Amino acid sequence: MSGVGQAVSGELIGEQQSSTGSAVQIMRRFLRHRLAMPSLVVLVLLLVVCFGAAVIAPYPRGLQDLLLGPTGPSPEHWLGTDEIGRDYLSEILYAGQVSLAIGLAVAVLSTLVGTALGAIAGYVGGWIGELLMRITDLFLIVPAIALIAIIVQGLGPSPVTIVLALAALGWTYIARVVRGQVLSLRERDFIDAARGIGASSVRIIASHLLPNLVGIVVVAMSLSVASAIIVESTLSFLGFGVQPPDTSWGAMLSQAAGYVGTDRVYLLYFPGLFILVTVLCVNFIGDGLRDALDPQGKQL
Amino acid sequence: MLLEVENLSISFPTESGIARAVEGVSFRLLEGETMGIVGESGSGKSMTAMAIMGILPRAATVTGSIRFRGRELVGLSDEELREVRGRDIAIVFQDALTALNPVMTVGEQLMEAVRVHRPGITSAQLRARAVELLDLVGIPDPERRIDRYPHEFSGGMRQRVMIGVSIANEPDLLIADEPTTALDVTVQAQVLDVLREVQQRTGTTVMLITHDLGVIAGVADRVIVMYAGGIVEAADVDPLFYETAHPYTAGLLASLPRMDRRSGDEPLYQIPGQPPLSTAWPAGCRFFPRCAHAVAGRCDTVVPPPVTVGADHTANCVRVGEWPKGVPT
Repeated sequence: MSGVGQAVSGELIGEQQSSTGSAVQIMRRFLRHRLAMPSLVVLVLLLVVCFGAAVIAPYPRGLQDLLLGPTGPSPEHWLGTDEIGRDYLSEILYAGQVSLAIGLAVAVLSTLVGTALGAIAGYVGGWIGELLMRITDLFLIVPAIALIAIIVQGLGPSPVTIVLALAALGWTYIARVVRGQVLSLRERDFIDAARGIGASSVRIIASHLLPNLVGIVVVAMSLSVASAIIVESTLSFLGFGVQPPDTSWGAMLSQAAGYVGTDRVYLLYFPGLFILVTVLCVNFIGDGLRDALDPQGKQL
Repeated sequence: MLLEVENLSISFPTESGIARAVEGVSFRLLEGETMGIVGESGSGKSMTAMAIMGILPRAATVTGSIRFRGRELVGLSDEELREVRGRDIAIVFQDALTALNPVMTVGEQLMEAVRVHRPGITSAQLRARAVELLDLVGIPDPERRIDRYPHEFSGGMRQRVMIGVSIANEPDLLIADEPTTALDVTVQAQVLDVLREVQQRTGTTVMLITHDLGVIAGVADRVIVMYAGGIVEAADVDPLFYETAHPYTAGLLASLPRMDRRSGDEPLYQIPGQPPLSTAWPAGCRFFPRCAHAVAGRCDTVVPPPVTVGADHTANCVRVGEWPKGVPT
């Protein structure tokens, strides 16, 4: 008898677990994700050491040791020093502030704008939708790097103008993805059902369409963080990005570009490695969020 | 008079011409009755329902008149119709799995239906109402089920939730668009019972759309039979079954499997041919190309008007009373 009772209570607990508040459930699924959790830890760590660089960095910013010159990794300078004897780890941490800030700011901005405009274009349609989509098409055919370079040149290359320029192009990708999804969601019965209970268009977009888009938007946003960091690096590499004394991972790459094939090639590897790790972490977190946010626990 | 539909026509532009999904449909619904609309796929029954709700696709052109409690609904703005939808007229869709939002818990969807028409309501009241609604449609343990997602429910339970959503504001008219089609037979009966109970408790008028004459026989007071976008016969439920006046209705009835006939002996009757395309209705009676009793020169010239054949019983057939009744051949 006790066996039966146990089985029943065990079943009930199992059931309750699967139905406890959705936020808790999403958290649990995310924590269990094999790649996303470690990635989140690494990304948070990166954010902490970069933005806490004033406290954490082993050497003050820009401290030169001209007599020392460029040296490889050593116990005193973990990542070595650059050609004017600055501690490379400290430089990378400070540069990371700019790279990470640009990446996150661009992702947030372009996701907000892209999702809103994409949802409107998809749900409302008509000439508004056409206009919005033709604008995104326009950005599709213009060479992005050239356009961004021109904008940044015109406005003056500060981190803020770089963010604005990157977001001005970044939203179009997300808008196109979101619009496509909305076009298919719009035909689903539950949208008719929502109209059937008297819901307004705003309510339908906000409470029926957007929650169904979370997965795709989160993935698009993570890709957008990664691409913003990479595009910023490209810009800085080409010399259109952040200007000295500001520095970013891309700018450091650009300065080290000449060392390929010399013994100072570590100056190229380390900023590249930080970019790679950041981009990978953000993508894995996006994957994990997408899986966690799907209530059916399936891949989208 | 709760609802008066007069000369309702719905058309869509398509690549192969104008699709006239519904043409010249008129009927009336009395307070508290249950009206069944029967017809095969494409006969325009769901389109009629969506026109009453004002949720047709944007491309649709609607003419004619739909008066709800004397108020004309055709031509109202979306904003004005929003007030009506859900509060005065509500709809239950065929497949609750697709008609419920997969990423919202059933509680959220029930609460939304209430909140839309009562913006000032507190969240505690909302939740209490949602639990009450789940209880009303016969979902056990509503307190706990309310936080579940639609996919965690069985088909019958989901349809109950759908009904709960639709009656959230105690509408005067409940349109059930094939509410039992996606369910197996035992669950169908339960869901119909839920509808009936809801109707008894709230006094709602029900418009039940189905292609299942068995469901109609069990639930409806009045029946409209639709074919190819128009009404072919309208009657109280008993006269429709026992004093059938339209050959199409007779064909439908003859094609039902019957307990009192041995199934092995003869195959089920089927109406020959296919229904016409809504882009190319035949001239005259739309059923004449498939009708065993059609007469050239009479059936293929004018669309037959409704002919009164009894009390509240009309058939749109020029040969009413002439065609030989009984099992069609």
